[in-house]
Amino acid sequence: MKKLILLLLFAGLGTAFAGVEVHKFEQAEQEQQYNRLIAELRCLVCQNQNLADSNAELAQDLRQEVYEMIQNGASDQEIVNFMVARYGDFVLYRPPFKTTTAFLWIGPFIILIAGFVILLVFIRKRKQAGAVELDESEHARARELLNEKNETDSQ
Amino acid sequence: MWRYLAPLGIFIVLVVFLSIGLKLDPREVPSPLINKPAPAFTLPKLHQPQQSVSPADFKGKVWLLNVWASWCVSCRAEHPVLNQMARSSQIPIIGLNYKDGRDVAQQWLRQRGDPYSVSAFDEDGRAGIDWGVYGVPETFVIDKRGNIRYKHTGPVDQKAVSDKIMPLVRELEKEPA
Repeated sequence: MKKLILLLLFAGLGTAFAGVEVHKFEQAEQEQQYNRLIAELRCLVCQNQNLADSNAELAQDLRQEVYEMIQNGASDQEIVNFMVARYGDFVLYRPPFKTTTAFLWIGPFIILIAGFVILLVFIRKRKQAGAVELDESEHARARELLNEKNETDSQ
Repeated sequence: MWRYLAPLGIFIVLVVFLSIGLKLDPREVPSPLINKPAPAFTLPKLHQPQQSVSPADFKGKVWLLNVWASWCVSCRAEHPVLNQMARSSQIPIIGLNYKDGRDVAQQWLRQRGDPYSVSAFDEDGRAGIDWGVYGVPETFVIDKRGNIRYKHTGPVDQKAVSDKIMPLVRELEKEPA
């Protein structure tokens, strides 16, 4: 029984993620192109969903737009350019590398490197702190203490 | 000393970043259409379906394009502001009636007043897509040469009109056509 419920749940998942409308394509490549593009383009209404996942009316219209452009033989780049011209780089889940998006791309690596540098400095400091230099009088005192201990042990 | 100051410094930087983040509106996506020619459309008028309207009709004027719909709740909030603007200034406000029904849209304007010089009837939302509309209401300011100069996403309030839109309109009216 449990397995059956799970199975039904997973079967439901598949349909919930797919775009709502059914589009017919002549060629398999066109369908792949369609699925690839609607997965890469962001819906501007529900901003953390792509066009494929979103049920917003704008997402439906934009899916239709993508579909029609593919039917007219548009390339990926042409469709992406169409969207960017209207909604800006924000519409792309993988924005191009530009001055405005440079920090977005490099930022995580800068933070990673900074983390390594801090880690290295920390480790080095610890090593230095470990090696304590004693001067002559301190050595003498240490020897004295150790001898004292030896004497009490032997008694 | 450093061992106490460093975490404090990191904490302050974090607080600054997070408080900036709190004030930013994620819905406000900068439009790539700013300073670009207004996308063309030829649409039937809302009230006279036989006649058409196009942005080219307003060349030589500074005008506003307001995207609205009768189903849009925040449009109700901004409507009195638009009515007020239509009464107090000469600037043409063109409505883009986005993905709406002709009857309900006309009735909506009868009930609430019609601030628009003319409303274009964009039933399938194609013109809206060309203008990069993603959250109705949206308001665009277009200069005399037909370039979009400013976009306001969401309902226009009195503050946006007096601080941003009207000063910009007056500025643009000084520009040569």
